[in-house]
Amino acid sequence: MKLRILGLTLAAAIVGSASAQAQDPVEACFVYVGSKTDGGWTQAHDIGRQEADHLMGDAVTTKFVENIPEGADAERAIERFARSGCDIVFTTSFGFMDPTIKVAKKYPDVKFEHATGYKTADNVTSYNSRFYEGRYIIGQIAAKMSKTGVAGYIASFPIPEVVQGINAFLLGAQSVNPDFKLKVVWVNSWFDAGKEADAAKALIDQGVDILTQHTDSTAPMQVAAERGIHAFGQASDMIKAGPETQLTAIVDTWGAYYIKRIQAVIDGTWESQSSWDGLKDGILTMAPYTNMPDDVKAMAEDTEAKIKSGELHPFTGPVKKQDGTQWLADGETADDGTLLGMNFYVEGVDDKLPQ
Amino acid sequence: MRLELEKRSEHSTFYSIASPFIAIGLTLIFGAILFAVIGKDPAEALYIYFVSPLTSTWSLHELAVKSAPLILIGAGLSLCFLSSNWNIGAEGQFVMGAVFGSMMPIVFPDVQNTFVLPLMIIMGMAGGAAYAFIPAFLKTRFGTNEILTSLMLVYVAQLFLDWLVRGPWRNPEGFNFPESRTFHEYAILPEVLESGRAHYGAVFAVLAVIGLAVLLSKTLKGFEIQVAGQAPRAGRFGGFSAAKMTFFAFLLSGALAGLAGISEVSGAVQQLRPVVSPGYGFTAIIVAFLGRLNPIGVLFAGILLGISYLGGEEAQIVLGLSDKITRVFQGMLLFFVLACDTLILYRIRFVSTRTPALAMGEN
Repeated sequence: MKLRILGLTLAAAIVGSASAQAQDPVEACFVYVGSKTDGGWTQAHDIGRQEADHLMGDAVTTKFVENIPEGADAERAIERFARSGCDIVFTTSFGFMDPTIKVAKKYPDVKFEHATGYKTADNVTSYNSRFYEGRYIIGQIAAKMSKTGVAGYIASFPIPEVVQGINAFLLGAQSVNPDFKLKVVWVNSWFDAGKEADAAKALIDQGVDILTQHTDSTAPMQVAAERGIHAFGQASDMIKAGPETQLTAIVDTWGAYYIKRIQAVIDGTWESQSSWDGLKDGILTMAPYTNMPDDVKAMAEDTEAKIKSGELHPFTGPVKKQDGTQWLADGETADDGTLLGMNFYVEGVDDKLPQ
Repeated sequence: MRLELEKRSEHSTFYSIASPFIAIGLTLIFGAILFAVIGKDPAEALYIYFVSPLTSTWSLHELAVKSAPLILIGAGLSLCFLSSNWNIGAEGQFVMGAVFGSMMPIVFPDVQNTFVLPLMIIMGMAGGAAYAFIPAFLKTRFGTNEILTSLMLVYVAQLFLDWLVRGPWRNPEGFNFPESRTFHEYAILPEVLESGRAHYGAVFAVLAVIGLAVLLSKTLKGFEIQVAGQAPRAGRFGGFSAAKMTFFAFLLSGALAGLAGISEVSGAVQQLRPVVSPGYGFTAIIVAFLGRLNPIGVLFAGILLGISYLGGEEAQIVLGLSDKITRVFQGMLLFFVLACDTLILYRIRFVSTRTPALAMGEN
């Protein structure tokens, strides 16, 4: 008898909590490393958060905290969210990886999602975007549009994600023009308009006639516009900075991913994973192809469609490393593990990779 | 008419003590006005900023984590500034303490025993002190300006750390990301209590405050420090060496900054990263002055600044206030403290000018 009452109480408690869950909105919380109006990385994440907030209506409330330094402060900011009743916490900088893992251990009922890292746990997912797919497309466009056969690349930090981008760009270009060359300048910053502009000028003076960047300010686009050459936008559509200059831009569209993952929490289907979405999932999109002849545009659209369908993998052999040794055999595609730890250039990069 | 500052012939003991409290009161009043202007309830905002960080065990622990490095560095700097040695490079000494102290778990990860942690702490202090030795040496040997040299060495230290974690000290299992391997369990500064993550860095901070307070008030060395600052000529007649004092002040403040660095890395972060300090070494300069260059004062000043950081974060989340408000707050606090101190030593005098040109300008 006692047992039965206990069972009934338990059942009631479970039903009660389940219906409470259905009524309460899921709380999604975001920890940003920069300012949400930085015009680049953090802003792209915040636009994703706002999309989730608007499109998912009453089912979701969102919170955020910005300008959190990586280190001891990050752990506090993440834990503050975890203990304040957030159901899912997105931490959007690589340096938040270990703090996220540490806090997640203490709060097993809260879901965590960490961007651009490699560690996961039962309640921690790692997510990233296959930016390199977009880089391959813009590489092809660059090779078609360039007269000198040399492009300039303004790079931030020599981490695998950036190295992937450089290699994918060059492989795309070489698929059009096998002799295409690439010059790289490292500015050691994600956002520094002054340094980026200087790098752009230096590259143009060295004879490049097309620019691309893995940094977040619009300064290179503006320099390219002044000097009358073409360039590609990064993270956001930068067409306003160079209406006659931008060919296309690789736009981070995190909203699609955030909505998918928050919905999984609502449905109770959330599971830990290593997520690395690409063009086909809508986590990155190409800005309109402009300022180029129709045949180049047609080629870019065709490549984009092939990458989405899985017909084309940007890292497909034969590919040699910069030192001339074979990396990928004919027809072989790179595995994700190698890409995630990429610390070498492919053949044709006119630069020594900082180690 | 213009304003002039005139030195007071004597100053009130009462106001000397009351001045920091008046400054805090003024900050609160102007903070409330600020919140009212941007349309937030001032009472709620001030509660979130200054009281809510003290209301839970969790946030008290976090407060200790945040304030400990500020107090450790600030206490050392207050002594250094008292002796008229201007060490602006504590940020660099903090970084070098972190780097030297981390050598054991990163370069010799297989050495795992109970001696590792004490060795790390000693090496951290030695690293900070050694780095502070450079501007002290340059000052005493070549007469260089220690404000400039110590400040410039900050950037050198930051770039050195950046190079280490991207190159030789990069985690071999870390997919080439710029960070060191994580420390093994023998290299982690333990937490003081079960209830939260405050580590022994907080204990070091309190011990340093007590030690320096005793040194300053009870020992000959303390007297020597005060003389060196207030009457260097008298000090020379008294047989105190200015050069020795410079070395003493720099090495001591450097060692404490280094101790803060290794405590932060070993206790809170548990690995080396391209950046290990959100500017503790610079904020500690504010802490030292806010604490009126007195170790006990520094203890309270460090806690107060820690509260404003934690409260600022909470206000961001709960009230949707920008984190810039925290900076404005800290700026106001420092401004009022310095203004109050100035007014204790000086009085404002209105001087009416008779120069016709100026008089005309007024019309």
